[in-house]
Amino acid sequence: MTNAVALDASPRGALPSSPRSTDAVPLSARWRTLRHALALAKRSLIKTARTPEALIDVTLQPVIFLLLFTYVFGGAISGGSQHSYLQYLLPGMLGQTIALAGVALGQNLNADIEKGVFDRFRSLPIARSAPLVGAVLADFMRYLIVCVMTLGFGYLIGFRIQTNVIAMLAAIALSIAFALCFCWISVFVGMIARTSGSVQGIMFLLVLPLSFGSSAFVKASTLPGWLQAFVKVNPLTHLVGAVRGLLVGGPVTDHLLWTFAWMAGLLVVFVPLALRAYRKRA
Amino acid sequence: MTDAIEATALTKRFGTTQALAGVDLAVREGTVLGVLGPNGAGKTTAVRILATLLKADSGTARIGGFDVAHDAEKVRQMIGLTGQYASVDEDLTGTQNLVLIGQLLDLRTSAAKRRAAELLEWFDLSAAADRRAKTYSGGMRRRLDLAASLVGRPAVIFLDEPTTGLDPAKREDMWDVVRSLVADGSTVLLTTQYLDEADALADEITVIDHGRVIAHDTPEGLKRVVGGQTLTVRPSDIARLDEVTAIVAQVAGSVPEATARGVVSAAVKGDAAMTETVVRLAAAGIAVTELSLHLPSLDEVFFSLTGTRTAETEEVA
Repeated sequence: MTNAVALDASPRGALPSSPRSTDAVPLSARWRTLRHALALAKRSLIKTARTPEALIDVTLQPVIFLLLFTYVFGGAISGGSQHSYLQYLLPGMLGQTIALAGVALGQNLNADIEKGVFDRFRSLPIARSAPLVGAVLADFMRYLIVCVMTLGFGYLIGFRIQTNVIAMLAAIALSIAFALCFCWISVFVGMIARTSGSVQGIMFLLVLPLSFGSSAFVKASTLPGWLQAFVKVNPLTHLVGAVRGLLVGGPVTDHLLWTFAWMAGLLVVFVPLALRAYRKRA
Repeated sequence: MTDAIEATALTKRFGTTQALAGVDLAVREGTVLGVLGPNGAGKTTAVRILATLLKADSGTARIGGFDVAHDAEKVRQMIGLTGQYASVDEDLTGTQNLVLIGQLLDLRTSAAKRRAAELLEWFDLSAAADRRAKTYSGGMRRRLDLAASLVGRPAVIFLDEPTTGLDPAKREDMWDVVRSLVADGSTVLLTTQYLDEADALADEITVIDHGRVIAHDTPEGLKRVVGGQTLTVRPSDIARLDEVTAIVAQVAGSVPEATARGVVSAAVKGDAAMTETVVRLAAAGIAVTELSLHLPSLDEVFFSLTGTRTAETEEVA
């Protein structure tokens, strides 16, 4: 058998020959990267829609945690009134759940890299950051679900907003914006961890001390002095504080400024770290 | 003709393993280079460096004149990569997989859909276009993966063991695909563990082992070195083994090995040996249950080139 004979014998015929140059989208470099990230975000959303069980941590988990905390600890913490504890707890639970919701992102990215799906993306002429940014953008949907589930189920068991709809929307927007910054830690861990299981382990070790060592579940004044010092700088304290103010009233401005500062800090530190780790990972 | 792929003295170390210890590769535009070697020889590492997924420790590589380290972006615009493990997204349908790649290559969404449809059609995947890739067979997945690497009509295509794990019929089909790529003007670098595959497809073959090039030749040249093809005959009636041995000896011009299981085999030169053997067997009225002409296995190639068996065989033995 010689190559020449076989060439003529190919049953498929010539390769299809589109696309043409006119098929290209004329965009500047920055918009190209955004379009790539959105296309990749859509990919993540399709995957999520195909595996609804992957949404348990943003649907069922807030419900279970709200029930457990309200009815198991609520009475003890607020001197018998579970209802008044729910008013205090819900913003804190929203903060913890939305911080934990980013864990799956790092796990998924880690699995994608292990499976070789990202090799394809890395061999394409797209910005290195596009697959990571795309995955983070798609996570927006999960954070929105967290907010809707927590506030919706909270309403069913008696939580009432003491402010107004605008303040509530602001609380939701702030929570999602914070989560979109906070999840870069998970992205970074996803890039450096060897298995997706260890991503979860590392992230839980990080998030649980943050959420419990904050004003999410109990008033900071009940804690020992050394822990109060930690609570004061803890980003979740300030996120929860701002959200609490927006939902049930109370001081907002200070917490809001702290939260913005933390969001900026998280982005400045963890976006470059994640991108560098992604580039290094073969 | 210019070289579409040229690599000089590539080295790469992973921890204590020297994956590449100075590899040179050159592929002329519009031709196929077969990179032949056993598992762990460094084939995949070389491909990953050429495809900009991995940085070499030292040495240089150029694709279409662009340096893979310094002009990675330009290189990525020219290449298509199909990995050893099909990197399609299992949760996406065939169409969704290809449209995504099209969008990442800056095609308008309408053009990306058109391109996806025509590639799926060409790869006989139209019927499965809207099914999740998870439901595809191994062969279908390979074809989808290859289609994904062709969305942008790359001038240079890397195929890393494209037929490993495929059954023989699917393998022939993949060979046809590779030939079509070349007919379309692409330059192909193909890694394989099979000499017959490299022989069927490649214009030139580079043999690598333990991260080093141990031979580079045309398929004909390489076959001359490793002893051409082997003719194997198994007579139906074992009593006629001696007659068969005599016939094979005449055709091959060498003393055949008669194995204990009633099989005679001998190295033969030239493509006429098979026909001639059939004619003589028929004239003598000898029926056979097996008659085959095959190229030496990778193991035999390595034995001829280096005097040692491949690492894998050593482990097994």
